[in-house]
Amino acid sequence: MAATMFDAPRLVITRPLLQARGLVKRYGRLTAVDGVDVTVYPGEMLGIVGESGSGKSTVLRLLNLEEATDGGEYYLDLPEYDGVNLFDLDRYHRREVRINQIGIVYQNPHLGLRMRTTSSGNVAERLIMAGERTFATLRRTARESLAVSEFPLDRMDDLPIRLSGGMQQRVQLAKAIALKPAALLLDEPTTGLDVSVQALVLDTLIRLRRELRIATVIVSHDLGVIRTLADRVMVMRRGCVVEQGLTDQVLDDPQHPYTQQLVHAKL
Amino acid sequence: MTILHVHELSKRFHIHQIEREVAAFDWVSFTLHAGEFLLVRGPNGVGKSTLLRCLYRAYVPSAGQAMFTSTAGAIDLARAADVDIMWLRRSEIGNVSQFLRPRPRVSALDLVAEPLLLLGHDWETAQREAREWLAAFGLKPEIWSAYPATFSGGEQQKVNLARALIAPRRLLLLDEPTASLDAEARAALVERLGQLKARGVAMIGVFHHPEDVRGLIDNELYLAPPDSGSRRNGEEYANVAE
Repeated sequence: MAATMFDAPRLVITRPLLQARGLVKRYGRLTAVDGVDVTVYPGEMLGIVGESGSGKSTVLRLLNLEEATDGGEYYLDLPEYDGVNLFDLDRYHRREVRINQIGIVYQNPHLGLRMRTTSSGNVAERLIMAGERTFATLRRTARESLAVSEFPLDRMDDLPIRLSGGMQQRVQLAKAIALKPAALLLDEPTTGLDVSVQALVLDTLIRLRRELRIATVIVSHDLGVIRTLADRVMVMRRGCVVEQGLTDQVLDDPQHPYTQQLVHAKL
Repeated sequence: MTILHVHELSKRFHIHQIEREVAAFDWVSFTLHAGEFLLVRGPNGVGKSTLLRCLYRAYVPSAGQAMFTSTAGAIDLARAADVDIMWLRRSEIGNVSQFLRPRPRVSALDLVAEPLLLLGHDWETAQREAREWLAAFGLKPEIWSAYPATFSGGEQQKVNLARALIAPRRLLLLDEPTASLDAEARAALVERLGQLKARGVAMIGVFHHPEDVRGLIDNELYLAPPDSGSRRNGEEYANVAE
C-alpha cells in the first residue's frame, strides 16, 4: 500500500531537496521505524501523521541526525553534499550539517532552548556554532531571524522561561531558520498552544513555507494542522508508511483501512 | 485545442469498515477544448461533484484516464505524481468550491492575494488584484481586512470565488459556485467567467440552477446512476451549441 499508485514526476523536473530511503531504527527488539522513505521538494511541506508510537517522531529525529540509524540513506540536494549519504558522515561533519542545514522546532521548548539564556542569545548561539564571532553581526542576524518568525522584538532580551508558549515556539523557529537551512523539521510545533496562538503560529509557518524555498517536514497528530499546512502527507503505523498522497486526497479519500479509521475518528 | 480528454473514468469508494465498495460514477468519457464550458448534469448523488474532485485529484480515480494538456506537456491526471498535481493546482487547474475554508487570523484580502504570491507575484501586485476581484464581486471594502470566519455565507463565497479565480488557469472546475450568492454577485461571476472563457479557459461546472450560467454552456454531460444499465456515460453527451 505504501507503494505509490502513481507515475514518476513528469512536469516537475526539480530534484527533491531532502531524500531519505529505507530508514530503519530499532530499540532493542522493537523496530520503531521499518523501511520508511521520505521525499521533500524545495518549498514543500510534508506532513507525517499517525498515533503515538507509530514512529513518526523517530523519523524526525533520524532526519535531524540526532540518533544513529540502523539502516537507510539520507541526502540533501546541496552542492557540498552531492551524493553524500549523511548517515555515513563522521561526528564532526554530521554536526556541521545539523548546524548549517537542518533546523528543528520541538513540541517541548525545553528541548530546543536554553531557558536561562536570553531569546536573542538562543538564536545567536546557532550563529556562534557556525563560526560567527562579531557581536554586531550576531545581534543583527538574531534580530532579523526573530523578526521573520514574528517575535516581538522588544522582548528579544527576555529569558524564554518568562515567555508564553507561543513566543517560545517563535524563538525556536527563529533559531531553526537563522542560518537558512535546507531542511526544517517541526515536531508538533503548535500542540499545547491556545487555539488563537496556534492560529498565529500556523500563519507564520504558512508564510515561511511560501517565502523560504526549504524542505519542511511536520509531524502532528492534529489533522486540522496538517490540512492547513502540509502539501502532502504520509500516514504511519507501527513503524511503516501505510499511505501517502496529497493532503486533501489522503484526508478526503483515504485508501487504507487504518487511514479511514484515523480520518473518521476526528471530531 | 483539446485541453482535457477523459476516457472511461470511474470512481468507486472502498469502505473498509463495512467491507463494501460504493460506486460513484462509471465509464465517464468526454473531450473539452480551450474556451469550452461543459455542464455536468444528473440527479442528486450521481457523482457530479465526485467527478470534479477526481479531476482535481482530491479523490483518486479508480479506473480510466484524464489526459490534460498542460503547458509543460500532456499528462494523465488519474496517474500523475503528487508533485505534478501540486504544480498543476498552483498554475493551471483551478477549483472553485461551494464553501470557503477560512483560515484563522487571515484577512479576506490576504486569502484572495495568496494564490498570486504562490505564483511568485510581488505583494503589491497581489494586493491590488485582490482588491479588484473583491470589488468585482461586491464585497464591502470595510470588511476586506477582517477575518472571513465571521462573514455571512454569501460574503464568504465572494471571498472564495475571488481567491479561486484570481490566478490565471487553463482549466476551471466549478462545483456549485453560485449556491449562496445574491443576484448581483451571480451576475458578476457570470461576467467574469465569460471573460475567462473568451480568453480560452476551459470550464467544467456543476450547477444546481444551470440557468444561472445558461449563456456560457457549450456542452452538457449527463451522468446516469451507476449500474443503471447505461454503461457508458457521456458517449452521447449533448452539444448545446448545435
